[in-house]
Amino acid sequence: MSTIAVALVIWAAGWMVNVRLANSTVANTRPVKLLVPAIFGFTILVIWEVVVRGFGVPLVILPPPSMIAVRFADSLPTLWTDFVQTFVKGALSGYVMGCSAAVLVAIVVDRYDFLRRGLLPVGNFMAALPIVGTAPILVMWFGFDWQSKAAVVIIMVFFPVLVNTVAGLRDTSAMQRDLMRTYGASYWQTLFKLRLPAAMPFMFNGLKIAATLALVGAIVAEFFGSPTRGMGFRISTSVGQLALDMVWAEIVVAALAGSFFYGAIALLEKGVTFWHPSQRK
Amino acid sequence: MRTVFPVLTVIGVIVALWYAACIPMNSPWTIQQLERAGKTMTVTEHIADTWAQERPRLPAPHQVFQELWDTVVMKKITSKRSLVYHGWITLSATLLGFGIGTGLGILLAVGIVHSRAMDMSVMPWAIVSQTIPIIAIAPMIIVVLYSIGVQGLLPKAFISAYLSFFPVVVGMVKGLRSPDAMQLDLLRTYYASSAQGFWKLRLPASLPYLFASLKIGVAASLVGAIVGELPTGAVRGLGARLLAGSYYGQTVQIWSALFAAAILAAGLVALIGLIERITLRRMGMRT
Repeated sequence: MSTIAVALVIWAAGWMVNVRLANSTVANTRPVKLLVPAIFGFTILVIWEVVVRGFGVPLVILPPPSMIAVRFADSLPTLWTDFVQTFVKGALSGYVMGCSAAVLVAIVVDRYDFLRRGLLPVGNFMAALPIVGTAPILVMWFGFDWQSKAAVVIIMVFFPVLVNTVAGLRDTSAMQRDLMRTYGASYWQTLFKLRLPAAMPFMFNGLKIAATLALVGAIVAEFFGSPTRGMGFRISTSVGQLALDMVWAEIVVAALAGSFFYGAIALLEKGVTFWHPSQRK
Repeated sequence: MRTVFPVLTVIGVIVALWYAACIPMNSPWTIQQLERAGKTMTVTEHIADTWAQERPRLPAPHQVFQELWDTVVMKKITSKRSLVYHGWITLSATLLGFGIGTGLGILLAVGIVHSRAMDMSVMPWAIVSQTIPIIAIAPMIIVVLYSIGVQGLLPKAFISAYLSFFPVVVGMVKGLRSPDAMQLDLLRTYYASSAQGFWKLRLPASLPYLFASLKIGVAASLVGAIVGELPTGAVRGLGARLLAGSYYGQTVQIWSALFAAAILAAGLVALIGLIERITLRRMGMRT
């Protein structure tokens, strides 16, 4: 009983602070905008801790956050090797290869109208499919190591980037293209100086979608077979051993890696497409 | 007509490349068998053999479709070898989870739009959650729910639900905020209450955004249900067919399960697209 009371009091306190902050005059300043979600997240964590300890929830169902933090700090070397195996070798290499292939194909597709009309509906269709299901096939072909994970990631990121880049390359107006023609610009000059820069906002849309897909692909592919390291491997084996604190520690790593990856792409976008209305202050 | 011909050409080229790829992928096995038997083959026989192996590295398209036909049409749908049976297991988990996720997502979005504190507290987390691979916790959910006695449809539906939840929240908040100041002012001059503003302006205006997120959400739900079937050890469902196929090297089975999943995904997205078109047309938003 007292556990529920304590949890409710903490919740009410956290919520009241947030309501005060949100309706105050400083609500639109940057520190407050960061503080409010932080308080919310912290309140949830504290309640989680209180409820798990108060009710004596078994560790094999839900470990308290403090224990996850301890496990995280204790097994940094393991987490780091898993991170390198899954993120750097699997997701990142596949992401780079898949996205560059997609951009190159998009440039070719854009050049030939026939290809564009044929490949674009197919690409749109493919982008909606559960491509992650190809993982068992690719693991069979490329072995258990990172190559098969990179292959899954390549296929997963290819279609969203392709479709978005092709859409972006068509985003110049007839007037702009005519101007390039009056300058006597060749196809390649027009491509590099006008159409690729104009395509950047669209391309980054695809790249951001692909960034989240890449990590999902690399982790899920490891459920179908992997060497004895990697985030997906660690999650599935730790679940088997009921070492849930380790699973949660890996999830923290995955969450951090995912948001930093996405953040890096978003930052790059800000630098490259500074001229676009959506980026102007 | 202008798009049908190029699309058919592209699909034709893909199928041709697929057949061509079968030859180098599968011929080591053929050569090995021939050496063992001490026989030789002509080139055409050799190529024909690479398209008709029992367990090829890459099955030819006609083998996959043969398997699909056999397991979808020829088997009784209650049989454990019927793909319809496994597809239905996955589909029911997907739909249940999608329904729960969408319902809760819409409710949270309504809360976010009406409460500033909720908006500032929850919305950043909803956005961040889109960038992290939440599917990683799927195995844990299955095992934890199993250990407290919940198994079968519900754990998978739960995974589907949280995968479709966040896209719906983000899309719906955007949609509910899409009416511009002029429209809101008009309602204020009518002396409309905030509930009336919600039902007559915000909700209808949000529908195009909702449908866009529903399409993303249903595809994510299906992936969730498939991944949710992996840790239970390949019992039932399309994910189980994928896993069992990879355990026993049954490549034709993997490919047919993959095509079944693809057809299911395409069907679900097309269905939502159809509902979207009909709804928006009846609302007069699109002609």
